[in-house]
Amino acid sequence: MTTIPTSSTAQVIPGQGAMAQPESAKPAKAKRRRFLFLRNAKAVIGLVILGLYVLFAIIGPWVTPYDPDARSNDLIQAPSADHWFGTTHLGQDVFSQVLDGTRSVVFVGFLAGTIATVLSVIIGITAGYLGGRTDDTLSALSNVFLVIPAIPLMIIITSILENASNLLIALVIGLTSWSWNARVLRAQTLSLRRRDYIEASRATGEKTWRIVGFELLPNLTAVIASGFIGTVIFAVLSLITLAFIGIVSNAGWNWGTILFWAQGQQALAQGAWWWFVPAGLAIAFLGTALSLINFAIDEFVSPRLRSMGKTKLKTASGGTVRMRIGFTPVLDNSAAPHTHAKPIPINTGGATPVIRETAGS
Amino acid sequence: MKYFLQRIAFYLFTAWAAITLNFFIPRLVPGDPVQSLIAKFRGQLSTEAINSLYVLFGLDDDKGLWAQYIDYWKQLFQGDLGLSFTFFPSPVSQIISDALPWTVLLVGITTVISFLIGTSLGVLAGWRRGSWTDGLLPVTTFFSSVPYFWLGIIAIYLLTGPDSFFPSSGGFDSALIPAWDQYFIPSALQHSLLPALTILISSVSGWILSMRNMMVTVSSEDYITVAHAKGLSERRVAVSYAARNALLPNISGFALSLGFIVGGTLLVEIVFSYPGLGFILLQALGAKDYPLMQGIFLVITISVLVANLVADLAYLLLDPRTRKDG
Repeated sequence: MTTIPTSSTAQVIPGQGAMAQPESAKPAKAKRRRFLFLRNAKAVIGLVILGLYVLFAIIGPWVTPYDPDARSNDLIQAPSADHWFGTTHLGQDVFSQVLDGTRSVVFVGFLAGTIATVLSVIIGITAGYLGGRTDDTLSALSNVFLVIPAIPLMIIITSILENASNLLIALVIGLTSWSWNARVLRAQTLSLRRRDYIEASRATGEKTWRIVGFELLPNLTAVIASGFIGTVIFAVLSLITLAFIGIVSNAGWNWGTILFWAQGQQALAQGAWWWFVPAGLAIAFLGTALSLINFAIDEFVSPRLRSMGKTKLKTASGGTVRMRIGFTPVLDNSAAPHTHAKPIPINTGGATPVIRETAGS
Repeated sequence: MKYFLQRIAFYLFTAWAAITLNFFIPRLVPGDPVQSLIAKFRGQLSTEAINSLYVLFGLDDDKGLWAQYIDYWKQLFQGDLGLSFTFFPSPVSQIISDALPWTVLLVGITTVISFLIGTSLGVLAGWRRGSWTDGLLPVTTFFSSVPYFWLGIIAIYLLTGPDSFFPSSGGFDSALIPAWDQYFIPSALQHSLLPALTILISSVSGWILSMRNMMVTVSSEDYITVAHAKGLSERRVAVSYAARNALLPNISGFALSLGFIVGGTLLVEIVFSYPGLGFILLQALGAKDYPLMQGIFLVITISVLVANLVADLAYLLLDPRTRKDG
């Protein structure tokens, strides 16, 4: 299938494909490889936004213009120079509340994500690597947790643990949301453990913990990272949900608490859009940033998933052609009667347009 | 068949685990919740209700944990989930059976529609990469990062009003009595449009993304190349060769994400004061109505399990490989 006569082909766009890459000097190359992940625009945007959130999580409570609890006489004011996001029914500054709430959201999100990731790594890799009875038991356990709806379970547990602190909430969320990652990791471990290099290290008598720690784990990094980010998104949404229903009342401000008060005080009926829009957008942007990082990880691991940018190309003869991975578009140079050539599929990942001279010319 | 039996066994096991979990959760409550409830409902609780509460919370000291567990199962098999405090003295089972149809219809119909739309868009986005469909991803990502209920609040703010077509709350016109007639059904439909739309917009992006990624993976398989080489039309290759195979993982994904969607729906119901389980759950939370909360959790879990079983059956029909070794 790959026998395209190279003698009659000519590159249309130089600079595309592996061949066109000039070999660069060695140090530059090493540097480029290290920051390969950052060459992805999604990763950069996601990391920058996430960085801002982390920054505000650290400094947020110190830089609020007002005390988020302080009442004032400006009741339900629209956004102004004094109150950037307006005020609540008690005259509290919404901007200060959003800033102050960032810390607990980021804290719970990352802590719950960490707990769930550690659990899923332990359970997923153990199940996948050891197999047999252990695998059956652990798989059944994670499937049970996967199927039981997490949000109602969290709601009930949190409401029974009256006045739970942020730490406790993170624990509840982390303990109920590890199962998806464990499943993914188990599948990935299963496919890795029969690879030659694992077999080789087993044959040389390496200890199991060493194989898992030094051979398996590094190859699972991307899967673990993407699972972690996914869990953080889920944890943030869960915390907001719990706070919105009003069962996390004693844990200070977070965006869900703001929404809880806005809903309870009929912010909608009073037209106070500034009361609930900022908190919601804060959630949405945090979630988007995390999803972008996750997409970037996916694309980093599996380059096929990259969106390809411009795929319609103008050819030298003025026609347009749509590029697709795995296919080599056949262009004809002349308007002469043309053979019924279809695009010729080739196996390699790179898409190289080929000009084929028609038989007559 | 063997596969099918395995799945059934698994769901029975999960149901048992959920019920057992439900049995143990109230036993973690510190203090004596029943005493405080009795105090709260001064004299209104019958002796029978108090006894049922003690069984539920595991505070009848004269019995061991095992005997309590047996009692709990006995109660369950009689369909007795205890009495609700919020809607005293209605039994929990009755309140739930009133609310369940609303939730099941809302979640069921919107999820199926969302799955169909999302999957078809995903096929398109995966097949025609580099066209306008790439723009779908960032937009849908944004929408899926927003909590369901927040989108509902915004929808109420933007789309409802005194002279809007969309009602802002409730499940039907309050002047009507629930019945299957020509007045009630259109009113119920009209009230469900906005909640349904909210769930649809929030949940569709997950389907688009997973289907797109599967399409991309599948479209570099050899059999797609062969189909192209045979000169089949683009459409036929995309639909009958690529999409058919890409669909399978999405169906098992359908089952797994159901629990998540149900969780989001509960919140949407709260925002829209829609008379389903979520709305009742909120009232139960406010009143510390543990029997009702537990009943709702149990019913939701079992519904999700049943839906999963249905998705498994669909998978069985669609994927011949699961039938082969049976």
